Amino acid sequence: MSLLKVSNLAVEFTADKKTVKPISDISFTMEPGEVLGVVGETGSGKSLTAHAIMGLTPLVGGKVSGSIEFDGVNLLTLSASEMQKVRGAQISFIPQNPMTSLDPVYRVGDQIVEGLRKHLKLNRWKAKTLALELMEQLRIPNPKRVFEQYPHQLSGGLKQRIVIAIGIGTNPKLLIADEPTTALDVTVQAQIMRLFKELTTEKGIGLMLITHDLGVIAQVCDKIAVLYAGNLVEYGDIREVFKKPKHPYTKALLDCIPYIGMEKGSLAAIEGNVPTATNFPIGCRFAPRCGLVMPKCTESFPDMVELAGGARVACYKYTEETVAG
Amino acid sequence: MSKVGTASRHKSPWMIIVKRLSGNKMGMLGVLIIATLILIAIFAPLLEPYSFKAQDIGNMNQAPSGDHLLGTDEFGRDMLSRILRGARISFVVGVASVAISVVIGCIVGAIAGYYGGVVDLVLTSIADLTWSMPAILVALLLVAIIGPGLESVVLAIGLSYWSQYARLIRGQILSLKGSVFVEATRSLGASDFVILFKHLVPNSISPVIVAATIGVGNAIVLEATLGFLGMGAQPPTPSWGAMMSSGTAYLFISPWVIIFPGIAMMITVLGFNLFGDALVDIMDVKNRESNL
Amino acid sequence: MWVYVLRRTLLLIPIFFAISVVIFSLIHLVPGDPIDSLLGPGSSKGDRAELLALYGLDKPLPMQYLYWLKDFITGDMGQSIIEKQPVADMIFYNLPFTMRLGLLSLAISFFLGIFLGIISAAAKNTFVDYIAMIIALLGVTVPAFWLGLILILAFSVNLGWFPVSGSGSFSHLVLPAVAVGLGGAGLVARVTRVSMLEMFNKDFVLLLYAKGLSRNVIIVKHVFRNALMPVITILGLRLGWILGGAVSIEIVFSRPGIGSMLLTALFRRDYPVVQASLIFLTMAVIIGAFITDIIYSYADPRVRDVYK
Ligand code: SF4
Repeated sequence: MSLLKVSNLAVEFTADKKTVKPISDISFTMEPGEVLGVVGETGSGKSLTAHAIMGLTPLVGGKVSGSIEFDGVNLLTLSASEMQKVRGAQISFIPQNPMTSLDPVYRVGDQIVEGLRKHLKLNRWKAKTLALELMEQLRIPNPKRVFEQYPHQLSGGLKQRIVIAIGIGTNPKLLIADEPTTALDVTVQAQIMRLFKELTTEKGIGLMLITHDLGVIAQVCDKIAVLYAGNLVEYGDIREVFKKPKHPYTKALLDCIPYIGMEKGSLAAIEGNVPTATNFPIGCRFAPRCGLVMPKCTESFPDMVELAGGARVACYKYTEETVAG
Repeated sequence: MSKVGTASRHKSPWMIIVKRLSGNKMGMLGVLIIATLILIAIFAPLLEPYSFKAQDIGNMNQAPSGDHLLGTDEFGRDMLSRILRGARISFVVGVASVAISVVIGCIVGAIAGYYGGVVDLVLTSIADLTWSMPAILVALLLVAIIGPGLESVVLAIGLSYWSQYARLIRGQILSLKGSVFVEATRSLGASDFVILFKHLVPNSISPVIVAATIGVGNAIVLEATLGFLGMGAQPPTPSWGAMMSSGTAYLFISPWVIIFPGIAMMITVLGFNLFGDALVDIMDVKNRESNL
Repeated sequence: MWVYVLRRTLLLIPIFFAISVVIFSLIHLVPGDPIDSLLGPGSSKGDRAELLALYGLDKPLPMQYLYWLKDFITGDMGQSIIEKQPVADMIFYNLPFTMRLGLLSLAISFFLGIFLGIISAAAKNTFVDYIAMIIALLGVTVPAFWLGLILILAFSVNLGWFPVSGSGSFSHLVLPAVAVGLGGAGLVARVTRVSMLEMFNKDFVLLLYAKGLSRNVIIVKHVFRNALMPVITILGLRLGWILGGAVSIEIVFSRPGIGSMLLTALFRRDYPVVQASLIFLTMAVIIGAFITDIIYSYADPRVRDVYK
């Protein structure tokens, strides 16, 4: 049984009697201990996908459809209180911005303890001991002291590690990390990535790593999912995809992979912008920026096809080939 | 979000405000209340079923009935007529006293913000001091100095509430005065006075307008309180506060003399508050204080 | 922290001087003086001068102020011209009544306001929200004295639950405190709601949900706790506004207190009494604001660090 099986995931928002669907038709699976990298430009729907799996979209009024099977249970059928037992316990989330993700008025230690007590049913002392162990494990210097400190007294790197401690403390089976290292400098980034790798290999945690940094993906991921304008356009084994990208968008992404010394965020090097959910083009959403566009591409949406070797791609170039072959 | 931006790009700021206001139900209710109040204030003499000052000794302290919808007071005067006439006074007192506060506040705040240094320190301390004294005490003392009567009430209220506008304007000016635009105007030889009152103040006024809208409501309440304490408009004047004040003696005999002017005031002040709240949302005023 | 408290406490001294100078000079602008009312008909100019000299009213104003200040610091606030008793005695008799009223009103403002604010923020844009906000708005749209009169009609006359007036027991205090407190509660409720709604959009709230905490825990333990900071600030800033209603409420309920004492004295032009009660009321408000400021800087770890 897969750890996570997402099928036809879509989220829609309704405002002023207009409905937009920023993500749709997203399907992929994850196995225990696997690291899945989710890439895409800003606005591709990466974070929203993560929020949907965590059951956080209803907070902002999003309606989720499709199915999210976690450990054999469709999360979308769980009640709010059942979902609370999954969130933070079995699936943990490391949010995009560690600098602002801690409650400013409580000691960071207590914020780790809060989740441990809730999900592991520990008493205050045991939870504190466990929190201190976790902090040590995350190589936080002087854990006893840091435990008593408030978020504003800590550096970005320390805050990031606290947030990670909150995420992994409850022994989740799946960890979703949304751009976990954007706020950090390169050395800390590398440390954190090493830590993630350890967690997945040692504890068999599944890790879904959302990032727009292909360098990070190349270092740690087993699988890669490429999102474009709310659709999954390519999914496959990391080495396959890096060696031989199929989708024109993936190719373009890899062409502008940052090499050492290059500035971050160079993904924008692809000409044009990601369309926003209010004006997705009909047909293939990459068509306005695609060099290989065909008449068909602007008429209807290309279905995802599975190629030999397990890679999946949504592009008419490949439907043609498979049909022809 | 982005749609609003494109759709309204060619319209004037006023059009945008009107457009957004029309989508805000509570704000529209506020506008409706204020508009009704203004109409009543203008046409009160035509609307009154009786003369507001006609005494009818045979009909004193009558409960509300078909003849007198809201009853009569201790002199047999028709309460409805008096309340309608009182709308005029409340409106004038509210608007006039806020106008005084705003003018004083703008001048003090602008000078403090623009010149900074010792001037700022002195003016800000005075403003803070006035702010920390309960307005009702300041107003009471001022009425005692100027003498009772409607004009002195207006002046007293105006003088008790200016400091909040001074704070708002000062903050705005501080953030604007370093701008390129001000430098440019100065290099063209504009005097401080021109820069301040032709450029900086008009550009800082929107939070003040919002605060002033709600301030009208506060002023109306303060006028009533002064009237109740015998320091407001004097008896024959049909001010809501004065009506309630003279009605207190008959609280147990004819409670309607107290109740109805109070409800009229409640609706009026509610109108100004709702309108002000809507303006906060619409004009996107950041200052939380002005919201109150 | 203690240095900060000490510094703020010392700052109260110049504030006291400024306030006393302002009040002193304003009072001497009030036309007419109590001497006229003391002098019977047919009294001579000499009698008048004698009385003026007796109360020190013949000296130039700055001198009068200095004399007054010297006496005030030694606890002598002068004699009431009308009542013929030491002002200090009058103040210390009336002060506890006003303090009790003020403290209970503040408690009502704070707790009722927070309660309304939390439920309306939690139930944003629902029926409950609208009801809570209308209650909150009513508190700020009517004068306290009117609320007091209506409360008397409803709870004393019709229901007979509370006494109409007086000051003997706790039940005498309930209606006046509610009348004063409702306005403040409205203010607090509105600030609480706005600042909680602002907090809901913060990043840290997302992580709290992701941790699997229940909505109630998130709202009360985290969102409200953070939203409390601006509420405390506003409470301190608007203390004078909240407690201003107490002056008229003491009249409505015929309670003794600094407010009613001030008003009586103002009508009789009893300068020493007016002066002392104004200074006490204003200083009470300023000290109250000062205490909320200290609480604020203690309650927020970020502010606490700034003053360490
Ligand atoms: S479907 Fe057409 S437009 Fe879309 S990526 Fe493939 S070739 Fe390009």
